[in-house]
Amino acid sequence: MTEPILSVRGVSKTYASGVHALHAVDLDINKGEIFALLGPNGAGKTTLISIICGIVTPSTGTITVGGFDAIGQPKRARRQIGLVPQELATDMFETVESTCRFSRGLFGHPQKSDHIEEVLRDLSLYDKRKSKIMELSGGMKRRVLIAKALAHEPHILFLDEPTAGVDVELRRDMWKLVHRLREKGTTIILTTHYIEEAEEMADRVGVISGGKLLVVDEKTALMKKLGKRELDIALNEPMSTIPGDLGDWELSLENEGKTLRYVFDAQAERTGIPSLLRKLADLNIGFKDLETSKSSLEDIFVDLVKEGGK
Amino acid sequence: MNVHGILAIYKFEMARALRTLWQSLVTPVITTSLYFVVFGGALGSQIKEVDGIAYGSFIVPGLIMMSLLTQSISNASIGIYFPKFTGTIFELLSAPINSMEMVIGYVGAAATKSVVLGLIILATAALFVPIPIHHPFAMVAFLLLTSITFSLFGFIIGVWAKGFEQLNFVPALLITPLTFLGGAFYSISKLPDPWRTFSLFNPVVYLVSGFRWSFFDKGDVPVGISLAATGGFMLLCLAVIAWIFRTGYRLKN
Repeated sequence: MTEPILSVRGVSKTYASGVHALHAVDLDINKGEIFALLGPNGAGKTTLISIICGIVTPSTGTITVGGFDAIGQPKRARRQIGLVPQELATDMFETVESTCRFSRGLFGHPQKSDHIEEVLRDLSLYDKRKSKIMELSGGMKRRVLIAKALAHEPHILFLDEPTAGVDVELRRDMWKLVHRLREKGTTIILTTHYIEEAEEMADRVGVISGGKLLVVDEKTALMKKLGKRELDIALNEPMSTIPGDLGDWELSLENEGKTLRYVFDAQAERTGIPSLLRKLADLNIGFKDLETSKSSLEDIFVDLVKEGGK
Repeated sequence: MNVHGILAIYKFEMARALRTLWQSLVTPVITTSLYFVVFGGALGSQIKEVDGIAYGSFIVPGLIMMSLLTQSISNASIGIYFPKFTGTIFELLSAPINSMEMVIGYVGAAATKSVVLGLIILATAALFVPIPIHHPFAMVAFLLLTSITFSLFGFIIGVWAKGFEQLNFVPALLITPLTFLGGAFYSISKLPDPWRTFSLFNPVVYLVSGFRWSFFDKGDVPVGISLAATGGFMLLCLAVIAWIFRTGYRLKN
């Protein structure tokens, strides 16, 4: 396995107010992957990103970006990073093009390049390049922030809640853009509290809650490892209560009593399905259909966050 | 050295001044002309001369100094306060640019604007009264030193300020009174004691005196002391800025 492009070791943050925003986080990001940092509001996602990008000073820990220590060699580390913040903070009076050129210069690149034009075209901003940012819609402003972050050709792009408050169409566009960037070799780290987004885009997912990184794994592996499955049994006769004889199984009634739902662990040696079906036959409960489905990342997430909160 | 980064900030700040040209340059010129009409024209006809210099000419260095101080402070303070206010500071903090480079960009732009402004006021004044310049190099040196020093001071205020009222607080409630009481429109040697002695604690006295010396070869205090006082204040500002960036005071969490 190759050297990770970003390595976070024992990074914690305690604010002056005494709030522990992060508890000793360890995290490695591989080159070229899309990593989703998933967690509820206030979990510490933005704090972690801000520390990596140099906006917040960590209380403890080290960060290495592309082999450079973020504290010892901040310039070399930071040159590789582009950050799209959550807030729509822009220089309202600047034009789209000049604000992108400002970003490029600020990160130490000469202006003589058609890279900016390419970025603006990629983000469908080229026609608006002479417009003042204040004249643009919220979605367009977010594109401008992405263009600014890409203006200096970063190897790693941080997207902090890229689709918060964004309409469905723009969200789809954003997803497409992220995939295009990955094809060009950019490593992408995004934070989100939409499970759908992590599920759609990420290669790997890290779940963060209460300032702790609870789990980091391949998205598919995570879903498989922690995924529960559901068995829906369509009953012939609707049921009002679950018979006491079925107390050994984790059952619930759905669909006005017409469906009996059994939640089971797909990884377990004994799923309990055959015995459940036998018991139903013993009790003369007729059924006409069986359907199983895997639980979504959302269920996994909720479980993890609950456990993490304990 | 991130030269592109310094240039980006410098150009950004200069573009901001051009966008608000009216506010940045025209307003101070009009204000100065008004002072000139009132003090030089209306009152000057009563006062005639101070230290053997026609009163109209005598007030020119003081007028330039007053604009230089307030404009340097307000330009530099808004330059750094505005990104804090809008949130765009995230980009500066995450950029591969160190504190010294950032200060060169912001303070350099603010000082440039002040020097240009000082020269414009000088040219405006030259339309009204004859202005001899005995020590042109010293005059330019004082212009530069004062612009840079007070732009540094403005940068500190911009970092410190938590709101627009605090931003205006220092120029309005500290600098303007100190300038008025600092011999901008009179020679402090004309003051009765104890006011004369009190005046020597006012740092602006040294600025105005030194600057006036470069024009008329006469000042309230020896020019060496003026230079030392201004230089000392600049070093103090640099020390405070170094501390701000080391601790992240009001910039970083």
